[in-house]
Amino acid sequence: MSTLKVDVHHVTRVEGHGNIVVDVENGELTQCDLQIVETPRFFEAMLRGRAYDEASHITSRICGICAVGHATASLRATEQALGVTPSLQTTLLRKLNFHGEILDSHVLHIYMLVAPDYLGLGSVIPLAKSAPDLVLRALRMKQLAGDLCATLCGRHTHPISMTVGGFTQFPKPADLRALRERLVASRADCDATIQLLQGLEFPAFERDTEYVALHRDDEYCFIDGSIASSDGGIRPLADYREVTNETIVAHSSAKHTRHQRESYMVGALARFNINYDRLHPRAQAAAEALGLRPKTINPYLNAAAQAVEVVHCTEDAILLIDQLLDQGIRHEEPAAPTRMSGEGVGAADVPRGTLFHHYRIEDGKIVGANCIIPTGQNLANIELDMRALVPEILDRTQQEITLALEMLVRAYDPCISCSTHMLDVKFV
Amino acid sequence: MKPKVAFFEFTSCEGCQLTVLDTLQRHPELLEVIEIVQFREAMTERSDDYQIAFIEGSCTRPSDEAKIREIRTQAQIVIAVGACAHLGGINAIRNRMPLDDVREYVYGDKKDWFETYPARPLSAVIKVDAVIPGCPIDRDEFAMAVTHLLQGRMPAIPDYPLCIECKLTENVCMFLRGQTCLGPITRAGCDAICPSCGQGCEGCRGLVPSPNLGSIKDALRERGMTEEQIDARLSLFLTYQTMQMDGVTPA
Repeated sequence: MSTLKVDVHHVTRVEGHGNIVVDVENGELTQCDLQIVETPRFFEAMLRGRAYDEASHITSRICGICAVGHATASLRATEQALGVTPSLQTTLLRKLNFHGEILDSHVLHIYMLVAPDYLGLGSVIPLAKSAPDLVLRALRMKQLAGDLCATLCGRHTHPISMTVGGFTQFPKPADLRALRERLVASRADCDATIQLLQGLEFPAFERDTEYVALHRDDEYCFIDGSIASSDGGIRPLADYREVTNETIVAHSSAKHTRHQRESYMVGALARFNINYDRLHPRAQAAAEALGLRPKTINPYLNAAAQAVEVVHCTEDAILLIDQLLDQGIRHEEPAAPTRMSGEGVGAADVPRGTLFHHYRIEDGKIVGANCIIPTGQNLANIELDMRALVPEILDRTQQEITLALEMLVRAYDPCISCSTHMLDVKFV
Repeated sequence: MKPKVAFFEFTSCEGCQLTVLDTLQRHPELLEVIEIVQFREAMTERSDDYQIAFIEGSCTRPSDEAKIREIRTQAQIVIAVGACAHLGGINAIRNRMPLDDVREYVYGDKKDWFETYPARPLSAVIKVDAVIPGCPIDRDEFAMAVTHLLQGRMPAIPDYPLCIECKLTENVCMFLRGQTCLGPITRAGCDAICPSCGQGCEGCRGLVPSPNLGSIKDALRERGMTEEQIDARLSLFLTYQTMQMDGVTPA
C-alpha cells in the first residue's frame, strides 16, 4: 500500500482517550502520531497548598487502575520529605497490597483488553459465551486481587487506610489466612494463564530500545529502590529528572520523556528485562515455558511479561502473608514526621511502569509537586515502535495495519487519564 | 426488549467504570437483563443507539459540552456516575485557584496548547436524571440503580447523613477518637466505609439536603482545626457546591 491513511479516533480497550494517526504518501511515512486527547488534569497544581496528609488521597484519584500505586509513591515522597520511617509491618503490608494491584491490573489487561484481539473478538463479552472457563478464571483472579486490597486498605479504588507513616486499620489474621488459601489455590489459575499465553500468536515485531525500571539487589522491586537502565547505570531516585527529561509535544496533553536514547520503555517487560534474576523461581519457570528471556525486545510480549509477574506476585504474596502471620499483626500508630518541612521523591513500579512523585513541603503544606507517570514515559517509545512497524507491514490491508497498530498500543497497557498532566489510533 | 445502555467518560480517573466492570463481574446476571452497546474502556463494538447513558467525569473544557449535549439528546435517561460527574469532585479543587496560574504550573509557556476551563458537574451542562454518588461509586449501589431502572423508576439514593449508617455499622465516632469527619453533612449510602477503615469522611458523596455547615464548622474548630484547614477539608470534593452556596458559578 503506497498511500495509507489511518485515523483511529479514541482507541478502545485502553484507559483514557488517545488517537492513532498515520499518514503514508507514495510509500513514505509522513505522519505517525499517538495523539493524547485526554483533558489536562492539573493534579500537580491542585496539590499546592494542601496539607501533607491529604496528598495520597488526592493523587490516588489520578488513576482508578493504579490507585494503590499512586498512593504508595505519594506516601513515600511525603515520608522522604518529612523524615518518616515506616515500620517493618507497614513495609510488608504495603508490598502485599501492591501485589494485589499488580495482579488486578495485569489480569484485566491480559484477559479483557489484550486476549480478545488474539481471539478475533471485539471484547471479553462474546468470550463469556465461547470460552466461559477462561472468563470465569479471569474473574476469579481479579476478585482475589480486589479482595486482597480490600482486606489491607478498604478497597482497591481508591485506597482508604493507607496513610503517612502506616495504616489506619489492620487485617485480621483469619482474613490473611483465608487470602493465603485462595492464593495457593490460584496457582492453578496462574498455570492456566501461562498456557493461554503459550497459545497466542504474538506478532514477530522487534525493536531494541532502552528499558528502565526500579531496581533493588535484594528483591524483584516494586517500591523504592534505585533507577536502573538496560543501557547501564543505576541512579538514586532523587535524580529521576535526569532519566525522565520531560518535554511537551503539541499532539499530546501527556508529556514525553527520553533518557540515553530517543525513547525508553517502562512496565512489565522493562522490569522483566532488568530484574529477571530476582523473580521467584516459579515465575522464572513460567518465563521459560513462554520462551521469554532477558532481554526481550518485542513490545507485544509485554503481556507475556505481565503473566510472569502474575506468577511472581502470587508467590511473593504467599511469602509476605507467612511473614506477617509469623510476626503477628500489631495495631500500631503510624510513624510520625520528624520535621514539617523538606523535599522528597517517592517511586513505585506500578503495573504500567515507573511512577515518580516529588513533593516540596513547608510547614506541613505542599508547596511544590511533580508527578511523572509511566504511560507518559512510554509515549515516545510507542511512536518509535509505530514508525518502525508501519514500513514492515505496508503490504497488508488497511484493516490489518490498523489492528496491528492498535494491538501495539494496547500491548503497553497505556493509562491515559493518568498521564495527562495520554490514546486513539488515527491514520489521516 | 433489553434496555440499551452506553457508558461514557469525561475528565476522571475511570475508576467508577472499573467499579462498574467489577460489579458486572460479581453480578453477571446483570448482563442478561441489559444490553451494553458502548463502553470504550472495555469493548471495541459500539453503537449510538441507546436509551440509558451512564456518564463518568466532569466537564473541564468547552469542546466537551457538545458531546455531552449529544448524549443527552440521544438518551432517554442520563445518570451521573461518581463524584466527578455528580459534584465536579477532585477536579474542581482548582476552581478556587487562578486558572492561568494552574495551567502555567503544569505546562509552562505551552499552557495555551491544551484547552481547559473551570471543572463542573454534568448538571451544569445538561439535565441529569439521577446520580450514583461517591469516589468511587459503591458496587452495590450501582447494581441497585440498574435494578431500579429495570423496574421503570429512577435510582433512589439516601437523603440522610452518613452518621446514621456509621452508627448502624457500630463504629466509634471519629470525633470521639479525636479525629475529624464530614459524616454529619454528607449523604449516606457507602456504609461509612472510610470511618470503618479508620479515616474521617471526606464528603465524596456530596452534601445532604440542607446541610448544617455552620454547625460542622463549629465542631471542626472545637477539634482545633484552623479556618484554612476547614476550608481545605470542605474543598476536597465539595468545592463546586460550596462555591455555588457562596453564589459563585464558574463561567
